[in-house]
Amino acid sequence: MTGPALWPLLGIAVVVLGFAVRANPVLVVAAAAVVTGLAARLSLVQLLQVLGAAFVKNRFLMLFVLTLPVIGLLERHGLREHAQAWVRRLRAATAGRLLLLYLLLRQVASSLGLTSLGGHPQTVRPLLAPMAEAAAEQTHGPLPEPVRQRLRALAAATDNVGLFFGEDIFIAFGAVLLIQSFFRDQGLVLEPLAIALWGIPTALAAFLIHGARLLRLDRTLARDARSGP
Amino acid sequence: MIRLQHVYLLLGLLLAWAAVLGLRDRSNPRRWTTGLFWALLAFAFLAGDKVPTAAMGVLVLVLALLAGLGGVRGGAPRPPAPGSQLREAQRLGHRLLAPALLIPGLTLLGVLGLKHLRLGGVPLLEPASVTLVSLGLACAGATAVALRLTRVRPGVAVQEGRRLLDAIGWAALLPLLLATLGSVFSVCGVGEAVAALVRLGVPAHSPLAAVLAYGLGMVALTMIMGNAFAAFPVMTAGVGLPLLVRLHHADPAILGALGMLTGYCGTLLTPMAANFNIVPVVLLDLPDPNAVIKAQAPTALALLAVNLTFIYWLALP
Repeated sequence: MTGPALWPLLGIAVVVLGFAVRANPVLVVAAAAVVTGLAARLSLVQLLQVLGAAFVKNRFLMLFVLTLPVIGLLERHGLREHAQAWVRRLRAATAGRLLLLYLLLRQVASSLGLTSLGGHPQTVRPLLAPMAEAAAEQTHGPLPEPVRQRLRALAAATDNVGLFFGEDIFIAFGAVLLIQSFFRDQGLVLEPLAIALWGIPTALAAFLIHGARLLRLDRTLARDARSGP
Repeated sequence: MIRLQHVYLLLGLLLAWAAVLGLRDRSNPRRWTTGLFWALLAFAFLAGDKVPTAAMGVLVLVLALLAGLGGVRGGAPRPPAPGSQLREAQRLGHRLLAPALLIPGLTLLGVLGLKHLRLGGVPLLEPASVTLVSLGLACAGATAVALRLTRVRPGVAVQEGRRLLDAIGWAALLPLLLATLGSVFSVCGVGEAVAALVRLGVPAHSPLAAVLAYGLGMVALTMIMGNAFAAFPVMTAGVGLPLLVRLHHADPAILGALGMLTGYCGTLLTPMAANFNIVPVVLLDLPDPNAVIKAQAPTALALLAVNLTFIYWLALP
């Protein structure tokens, strides 16, 4: 049997091994690219061309850097402090409820195609994470450092979950169009709307599952804060 | 017409300015390599599409070596005067939120409002990249408003941007580098090899085994490629279409939607999806590089089980 060549899988081995020994991820990824290319018998020049062309094509992934001057300026002028003071004034705000509300807003906005209404540099670092910390401290008193870190990580996780399981419902979103064009190339014509609608059950499940975890958060925070120093 | 290229030009100039500031920052023991790193990156945005792709390939490897061998460090930024941030927060209040909200707001305005605007028969924004061009313009607009609000010189905004950029450091390069690796994987047939391996181990007559192979294969390949978009065509052509659609008569629309979303569960679990899972770790000062993935894992695994059940119940007849 002649299947696809299996040698390029060496690149995956490099990635797995590299992350396992905690080598610098940038080095791991570059090494994996070189190993994969050579294992697939690309010439050095071909490999460099593939690398260069892919890098240039994907440059849009660094556009988030353009948000940094605004966010940095606002941070220096007290954006986090203001967001925290604001949350402390809202009596009903707990960390869990705050993250739950954000999850809902992020999912609804993404499902309408408004994916840029959030993100780690724009909202999680300057607003969501400090607000969640302030709300938790308002309810439970000072948090031990590991608890504080888990809370911040959960804020980032909530942004990701809301984005991923909202955007797939939006019919003009890339994923829906990719699915449609893939099946069209295979001779199966599908309506984008039909694909987008079948994203809804998973979107609801994601909200229920992650939402339940967020509501439980307030109870675990109460326990952790008591057991803390 | 305002093109994506103009936005890249803006970003290139910002990075070049950051490179100069980095070179002159004597508090940074690695200021020469740090400055070189940002300067090369600036070049990639200013002229990346004007030089031969092989030369860009060399540049990519140099960037990776500079970043990977510890050549990219931050300086020691001047700390704000004690209490100044609280005072500013009280003085400016909710007005501080305005520029932050202007970024998504103006992007939205561009996407919805300016998309169809034409001047002299030419679209105002490059039609193929309306969202990215709008994002670029929104950042420029929000910066202008933030400068007015805080009454500082534009140079201060660049300084503050560089402070965050230094804090992110080499991780800023990772999403772009991973996407590049994904392209190398595609060109070299890594996905096809994985799909072939998956089919080798699956008994074709069992619909349950086919569902598990497709769903878990999507998760595994997404974790390897860092991106469900790259995994979807490979896994669906290799496993989903021949086994589930053709053999077991699964509905392609349902299978496509659920298959992609199953891949997203893998995105939540992999350090290869750096912009979602690694960049926030750095932005939030978390010591554990896997902190965000650990926070996502319970949700991702529960949702994976739900998705597999949905594929079995809803997509199969």
